[in-house]
Amino acid sequence: MSENPIERAAAATPQPIARNVRGLSDRALAWWFVGPTIALLLAINIFPLIWTINLSFTNFKANRPNREIKYIGLRNYERILNDADIWLNMQATAHFLIWTIVLQVLIGFALAWLINRNFRGSSFWTTVIVLPMMLSPAVVGNFWTFLYQPQIGLFNYIVSFFTGVDPSSFEMLGSVDLAPWSIIIVDTWMWTPFVMLICLAGLRSIPDYIYEAAEIDRASRWRQFWTITLPMVLPFLMLAVLFRGIENFKMFDLVVQLTGGGPGSITELASINLKREAFEKWRTGYSSAFAIILFVTVFGLASIYVKALNKVKER
Amino acid sequence: MSYSITEPSSRQKTVAGFLVITYSLVTLIPLLWVFITGFKTPPDSISYPPKVFFTPSLEGYVNLFTTRTRVTPEQLEALPPPANFAEEIVRNRKMVIAGPSKFGERFMNSVIIGFGSTFLSIFLGTLAAYGFSRFKVPLKDDLLFFILSTRMMPPIAVAIPIFLMYRKLGLSDTHLGMILLYTAVNISLAVWLLKGFIDEIPREYEEAALIDGYTRFQAFYKVVLPQAATGIASTAIFCLIFAWNEYAFAVLLTSGNAQTAPPFIPTIIGVGGLDWPAVAAGATLFLLPVLIFTIFLRKHLLRGITFGAVRK
Repeated sequence: MSENPIERAAAATPQPIARNVRGLSDRALAWWFVGPTIALLLAINIFPLIWTINLSFTNFKANRPNREIKYIGLRNYERILNDADIWLNMQATAHFLIWTIVLQVLIGFALAWLINRNFRGSSFWTTVIVLPMMLSPAVVGNFWTFLYQPQIGLFNYIVSFFTGVDPSSFEMLGSVDLAPWSIIIVDTWMWTPFVMLICLAGLRSIPDYIYEAAEIDRASRWRQFWTITLPMVLPFLMLAVLFRGIENFKMFDLVVQLTGGGPGSITELASINLKREAFEKWRTGYSSAFAIILFVTVFGLASIYVKALNKVKER
Repeated sequence: MSYSITEPSSRQKTVAGFLVITYSLVTLIPLLWVFITGFKTPPDSISYPPKVFFTPSLEGYVNLFTTRTRVTPEQLEALPPPANFAEEIVRNRKMVIAGPSKFGERFMNSVIIGFGSTFLSIFLGTLAAYGFSRFKVPLKDDLLFFILSTRMMPPIAVAIPIFLMYRKLGLSDTHLGMILLYTAVNISLAVWLLKGFIDEIPREYEEAALIDGYTRFQAFYKVVLPQAATGIASTAIFCLIFAWNEYAFAVLLTSGNAQTAPPFIPTIIGVGGLDWPAVAAGATLFLLPVLIFTIFLRKHLLRGITFGAVRK
């Protein structure tokens, strides 16, 4: 204890009183700290969201601001849910989402498992692997169109080098069969490191003594993997899937640069069609309803998923 | 611990190392190709088979920073000798430099908007994170979740009303508008990360300062801020990288004055088709700062990209 009598007196004063003596109450102070952030989010996130909801019930067109705005109830929503094109967008999005997640989880987990062997230089190579993920998706997507060029592109050349197929005989971005895979390849190239980093954190969180105990019990390596490694990494893996799922559901920049939704509309993901409806056809009311449907879908799926994630964590 | 039965054998390590290094090298090929293409001449860049060995040229960089016009051979003859290497390169293609391109401007826009929004997000984010960490805020968990959920919205979905709102307020295609917008997007990351860092600073430090007669604000900026400096710096770099890379809002809400580099680079077009060396040069200059930051940042990477959900 300090010998200073003032300090002793201050320590003896009940804290709430001591704080009140210094002027502002805690609650008032808290708002000074938190308030500006909340205000900014209300202005640039929540207010626009409410506006979108409002617009979604109208026939408003942003390129004709002087036209009379009519409220048309749920008609926009009805039209969207009955629109065959929108269902094709959703299928394209689902195809993209499922395959990118499957590939990224498999490759990402395998890489993390290998890096966790702690070979010499593993931290340096981890940094190298991570590089693609930090770059601008639009610029990266634009450059991959160059790699994907038939005839002159490096990707086609490498494929033909290993398989003997004529490099000008296939177009990754121009053919209906290959274009959905070309965007999956680039997304996997870019984001596998993300899944790998999270898996690595999961693997490193498993204490050594569990493996030591298993080793003493003569559990096989295979058995250890299925009963210790995988269950303990699972919550991390699920977190990685959640992040990738949300991001790829919103996917816009990378794919817009790569294919622009084409050929036809085979790679037209939900966000790309939304952009077309809102900023090219200027169907503001209709696209607002579409935006709300997308937002509710992400939000709903994410909430259900988070509940499942918490259950896994509790086990 | 000198010996562990769980330590992998040296053969296992060699195999693991080999596989990981192979993957890393393959994954680097596209990036190396961007870098190399920037130093090719346009004909070299579209030759078949793709050229790995070539005479390096600065034509891509010259084309990136200039606009050029074609001239007749007679006009070319009449010109005084080229003043610098750039003019010489351009004249070899039977053209003259007409003026600077817009790349420099767009790049500066990226710098201004990136640093502006980072500064603002960190300023507001640190205050909010401290508030959430140290005070009893009513509905704290709901507010924190609300802040996180703003990240789930597809950017295009919010872009519609923001487009209308900015048009009314005169903020469309301005630096201020983009700075505010990127701050609003970044602040969720900033608050979550910074709250994690501030939570780790023991409360006792501030309590000691309060007893010494500091006010809450003084305790905040004289005790907490210096302690959180590393966390603030790494959060700032993440905010900067996001604003630097962002494309969807930039392409929808800017057209000229405040356009950043990501929507601009894909539009670089040469005479007769896409000028790939110039595009590659632009991409190289644009991606390089992020690559450098990533190498410096590698220890904090995980926390930044997972909203602080995974700490290591």
